[in-house]
Amino acid sequence: MKNAFVVLAALVLAGSCQFATAADVTGKVTLQGTPPPETPIDFKDHEDCLALHPTQLTSRRYIVGKDNGLKDVFVYVSKGCEGKTFPVPSTPVEIDQVRASYNPYVVGAMVGQKIRFKNSDPLLHNVHATPKVDGNDEFNLPQTTQGQVDEKVFAKPEVLVRIKCDVHNWMFTYVGVCSNPFFAVTDENGNYKISNLPPGEYTLTAYHLKAHGATPGVSQTIKVEGDKAVTADFTVEVPKS
Amino acid sequence: MQNITSRETGIQPENNPALRRFALITAAATFVLVWIGGLVTSHEAGMSVPDWPTTYGYNMFFFPISKWFGGIFYEHTHRLVASGVGLLTTILALWHYGWKSRKILRWGGILLVTAGIGALFLDPPAPAHSHLRDDIIVSVIGALAFASSLVWPDSDPAPRWLRRLAVIAFLAVVVQGVLGGLRVTLLKDQLGIFHATLAQLFFVLVSAIALFHTRFWKRLPLHEESDAKGLRYFFLGTSLLILCQLILGATMRHQHAGLAITDFPAAYGKLWPDTDAASILKYNQLRTGPLDLGFITPFQIVLQMVHRMMAAIILLSVAACGWLARRQFGPQHRLSRLTLGWSFLIVAQVFLGAATIWTGKSADIATAHVACGALSLVTGAMISLISFRCLTASALKKCAEQKNELTTLLPSSSITH
Repeated sequence: MKNAFVVLAALVLAGSCQFATAADVTGKVTLQGTPPPETPIDFKDHEDCLALHPTQLTSRRYIVGKDNGLKDVFVYVSKGCEGKTFPVPSTPVEIDQVRASYNPYVVGAMVGQKIRFKNSDPLLHNVHATPKVDGNDEFNLPQTTQGQVDEKVFAKPEVLVRIKCDVHNWMFTYVGVCSNPFFAVTDENGNYKISNLPPGEYTLTAYHLKAHGATPGVSQTIKVEGDKAVTADFTVEVPKS
Repeated sequence: MQNITSRETGIQPENNPALRRFALITAAATFVLVWIGGLVTSHEAGMSVPDWPTTYGYNMFFFPISKWFGGIFYEHTHRLVASGVGLLTTILALWHYGWKSRKILRWGGILLVTAGIGALFLDPPAPAHSHLRDDIIVSVIGALAFASSLVWPDSDPAPRWLRRLAVIAFLAVVVQGVLGGLRVTLLKDQLGIFHATLAQLFFVLVSAIALFHTRFWKRLPLHEESDAKGLRYFFLGTSLLILCQLILGATMRHQHAGLAITDFPAAYGKLWPDTDAASILKYNQLRTGPLDLGFITPFQIVLQMVHRMMAAIILLSVAACGWLARRQFGPQHRLSRLTLGWSFLIVAQVFLGAATIWTGKSADIATAHVACGALSLVTGAMISLISFRCLTASALKKCAEQKNELTTLLPSSSITH
């Protein structure tokens, strides 16, 4: 009986320590090549939006920061987590509509994780998701009042799901939906950090909406050993037009 | 007695100038509706109102004008004009039944008023709720229907075949409205393609009804001219080609992918563009407009190439129609003049198609392309109808000629007794 208790305790300890030995993966995504200039948004017929934007609003295709660091690249573990299940975070991912613009532009969420759409504008918007993967439902939510919040989930992994506002046709946001919690979006200097990746061998993929289009992005294999931090940098090339 | 016979045979519809004008107005309103429908897709605004038949929870007729901005302006205007065309088509169908419609209007009106008031009492809504307005609108429509029964024209019913066409138009406009609504609520692009196709067919139908009421149609000689070469079938075939082309166009528009090929007359600098993965990635880089319309695919590129090839075939076919009509009937013949006009329309349509590409799919140009396409189809359909009325196989004409010869040869008593 005593032995059985010891074995059980050891198993519980082993289970609880599973992530204790996990490592962080960090890196930087750098853009190579000269991106095309961003397109200014024309607020013709949208005087209410013009009042919200004293400065020119542009498209957000290539946002390049320090040392050619590329913003809004979705970095995620595309292989290596098959067959494993992970708890879905109870905290929703928030996408806000501020000054007739979605913020953030690219965001990650787990399958089944709530995505909260908030309308911070004194304007009417609609939130129209246009997923391509079977099992992810298209939806179109009216958001008529300031402060209105609606929540939705996606049932299948999909990189990236496009969400748009048809009232203001320049408004887009993208959600990378993954079956594991190991994903990140690069900041304004192209840096990212994926936390608590358990030991093992994985394929890490970096996908940039404009540079990679309908292709899967760039990938590399990484090996996590114990809690030793891993660095994985990527280079994204502007396709020659 | 002769009048009744003519109605039963459907050869000479009753003269009714007011109905004729009304049918023309309905056809013109339908053209405006097709144009506004084109504006909706050109501005990618079809989903800017997520609900139907309400508009952001409002009864659509009470949606505040202050909220008509951005994509909502196009979609909501489309819905209101569509309601107007629905009303016109309903009146048109009723008018074809002449005095017989009074009963429908009277009892239909009473039914609607009762239903509206009954709903108000049985299920009293909150004062600010749109439900209240729905009930009131139903009652008002009922009252108007009842009132119109009191002043309804005292005309005779139109011939049975024309009445049936008017009823089909009424059913088509109802189906069309429901299709448009379901496309929004079910989020199905495929329904949008059906909606666009039915719009074109409905436009042809109401235009045909308007044509049948014109003096021009009634004065057309019935099966008087020979068409040994089957020119009328060529007109019909070309019109059907245009219909197929419009369906292709609707399929392209409802991909919501913008321009799949951005240059013309070449296609990405080639006669036939490359569709391998590297080329597709390269093409997607070229798409730098303000709208993020997703990625183009090889299928969309092939679709546009088929659309271009069809355009060339149609251009040649319509030109051949004009040339053959002119050669067969002479330059002053009605069919020669109509086919000449048709040819100009198709040339304009090809130019608008090219301009759509050159302007990076400018919404106004793309909409004009949709509208001109609809006019091209209707023109072809009307020419086909006219040709089938005027022309006949040569054998029938010979019979008529032989009959005439007999009339002149034989004594009059032997024929008339």
